[in-house]
Amino acid sequence: MSLKLVIRRLLFLILVIWSASTITFFIPRLSPRNAIRERFAELARSGGFSPGDLEKIIASYSQQFGLDKPLLQQYWDFLGSVLRLDFGYSLNKYPSTMLDLIMQSIPWTLTLLIVTTILSFLIGNLLGAIAAWPRAPRWARMVATPFVLLMGVPPVLMGVLLLFFLGFRLQWFPLGGAYSIGVVPNWSWGFAFDVLRHQVLPALALILGSVGGWVLSMRGMGVTIQGEDYVNFAEHKGLGGITIFRDYYLRNALLPQVTGFALALGTVVTSAIVVEGTFGLPGIGTTLNNAIRANDFPVIYGIVLFITIAVATLMVLMEFIYPLLDPRIRQN
Amino acid sequence: MMTALDSGLRPTPPRPVPPVLEVRNLEVTYYTDLGRAKALDDVSFTLHAGEKLGMVGESGSGKSTLALAMMRMIKPPGRIEGGAVIVGGEDLQALDEDGMRHARLSRIAYIPQGAMNSLNPVTRIGAQMVDAIRAHSPRESRSAVEDRCRAALRSVDLSPDVFRMYAHELSGGMKQRVCIAIGILLSPAVIIADEPTSALDVITQRQVMETIDKVKDEINAAVILIGHDMGLMAQFVDKVGVMYAGRLVEISPVRAMFKTPLHPYSEALISSLPNLDNKGVFQGIPGLAPSLLRLPSGCAFHPRCQRAKAECSAVRPAVRTLESGRVVTCHLVDREP
Repeated sequence: MSLKLVIRRLLFLILVIWSASTITFFIPRLSPRNAIRERFAELARSGGFSPGDLEKIIASYSQQFGLDKPLLQQYWDFLGSVLRLDFGYSLNKYPSTMLDLIMQSIPWTLTLLIVTTILSFLIGNLLGAIAAWPRAPRWARMVATPFVLLMGVPPVLMGVLLLFFLGFRLQWFPLGGAYSIGVVPNWSWGFAFDVLRHQVLPALALILGSVGGWVLSMRGMGVTIQGEDYVNFAEHKGLGGITIFRDYYLRNALLPQVTGFALALGTVVTSAIVVEGTFGLPGIGTTLNNAIRANDFPVIYGIVLFITIAVATLMVLMEFIYPLLDPRIRQN
Repeated sequence: MMTALDSGLRPTPPRPVPPVLEVRNLEVTYYTDLGRAKALDDVSFTLHAGEKLGMVGESGSGKSTLALAMMRMIKPPGRIEGGAVIVGGEDLQALDEDGMRHARLSRIAYIPQGAMNSLNPVTRIGAQMVDAIRAHSPRESRSAVEDRCRAALRSVDLSPDVFRMYAHELSGGMKQRVCIAIGILLSPAVIIADEPTSALDVITQRQVMETIDKVKDEINAAVILIGHDMGLMAQFVDKVGVMYAGRLVEISPVRAMFKTPLHPYSEALISSLPNLDNKGVFQGIPGLAPSLLRLPSGCAFHPRCQRAKAECSAVRPAVRTLESGRVVTCHLVDREP
C-alpha cells in the first residue's frame, strides 16, 4: 500500500476526531440546561444552604470548570484537552476525572464485546457459508437455521431468559456482576476463572443475538460465489471439497463481510449498554447509563467522544487490513 | 472402421492402436419443473491420441452438456442417465466419486473460457496451479511442484513470472493461456476446451488456438474443442462434430465436412458462413432451435429442414456409420456422397 494512501487515511482520521470534538463541545452549550445549577439546586432542595450561597457556589464551580471564559477560549482549551486525552472532571464523582472513569470501565467492555463480535463473525460466517454450499451434508446446512430465528429475540429478553434458565434455575452460572462478591481483584488463575464464569452468560446473549445476521448475509454472498466460474474450474481441476470450500468459495464470499465487520464494531457500544445493564457489569455502558441519570455532562460527552475516536480508528485499521485480503484493492 | 476415419483427403497410415477416448451412448436429462429435457441423447464417438475434434452447434444444442457429462460434473437437476466415457480403456462413469476426482485433470482435463472469471481473483496464479498438482500428488516436494508449474507456463508462452501474479494483472489472452497451462499440468490423455476463444479478439484467438495445438503435440493428447465458430474450427481441427438438440447429427473429417456436408443441418451451418464470393448475401438457417422440452417428432431438425420427407417427421433417424467412417444421423443420407 502506498505511503500516500496511509497519510490520506490518517488525515481523514484526524478530521473525524476534530469534527467529533467540535460537535461534542458545542451541543451541550446549545442546551439551556446548566448541569452545575441543576446539581446544586437538587442539593439545595434536600436542605443545606441558602439560595444566595447557591449562586456563589455555582459561580465558583463555573470558574473551576472554565465555563466563565469566552466561548472561543473554552473551545481552544477543549481541543487542547482532547489532544492530551484529558476530558476534565466528573461532576458527579468529583474528583474522579473522565479518564479515570473510562479507564476503569473500558477494559470490561472491550474484552467482552470484541471477543463476542469476533466469535459471532466467525461462527455466523462459517454457518452461513455451509448453509449455502450445495455439497455440504443436509444436517450441516440446517445448523444455521435456529440462529436466524434467535435474531428476532430482543437482547434484553435474551439476557433475562439466559439468566432465568441457566443462572437461576440450573445455577450453572452466576446471576450478575463482573466477579463474585467479596473477591478482591488480583492477577491469579482463580480470579481469572471467576471473571470468565461471570462473562459466559453476557457473551452468550450477545453471540446468540448476532450470529443470525452474519448467517443471512453470508448465505446470500455464498449463493452468488458458488456459481462463479472459478469455483467450477476448481472442481474440474480435481481439487478436494474442503480446498474448494476454503480457498475458492469462502475466501471470496468473505470479502464484503469484512466491511460488515467494521460496521458491526460501530454498534458495539449500543449492545454494551443493554447487556451490561442486564448483567450488572461495570463496563462503559453502565458508566454511560449512570452519567445520563446523574446529568453528568462531561462524562456523557467524554464517553461519546471516546467512542467516536475508537470506532473511527478501528475503521481506518480495517481499511488497512482490506488490501491484505483482496489483491485487487492493493493496486489502486 | 478406425482406419477409415481419416480417409479421403488426409491419407494416414492404418492405426492399430485403440482410441484413447471412446464416448458410448451418453445420455443426460435435466428434470425441470416444466418437464424432462433430454440435453444429451445417445452421443457416441471415438478419438485417437493427438486427434482434434471440433464440436459445433447452436446454443442449447448440448455441446457444453457433453463436456460436463464427460467430466461427470452435471449438477442437479441434471442427471447422466447412461452411457460410458472410456479413457485409456477405463470407463470414467464406473469410477467412485474419489476415483473420478483423481481422474479429473490427470486423465481428462477441462479448459474453461479463461477470459471470463475462471481464475480465483484473490490468490496468486501459482497457488492455483500448485493446489491442482497437490490434489493429485500430495507428496511431491514443493520445489518440484513449482518447477512443473513454471514449465507449464513456459509451454503456453507465458513468462514464469506469471506464477507470482494475480488474475487481474493479466490480459484476457494471458488468462486463457493460464487456463491451458493448468489443463496440461498433469499431461492428461484427453483435453476438453470449452469455447476457449469466445471472448477474445481475432489475433489473440489465433494465438490461443496455436498454443492449444502446440501443447497438444507436446503431451500427445486428444483434444475436443467446443465452440460455434466454424471458420476458426476449420483451421485447427481434424474432425468436426455437429450437434443439434442434444444429438450428434454428423461427424466428418474437416475437409469432407466443408466440401460435402452430409446432414442438411451441417450443410445449412456451413452455407451460413460469410463468404467472400457472394458478399452481402447472408444465409441464415430459417426457424429457431427447438425447445428440449418439446422436441419435434421424428428427426428434431425436420421443421427447419428444406429437404424433409414424410418419414422425417414420423421416424427418429438412427445413427449411421458410413463406409468412410463418417457418422450421420439422417434419413436422407444412406451412402457416401
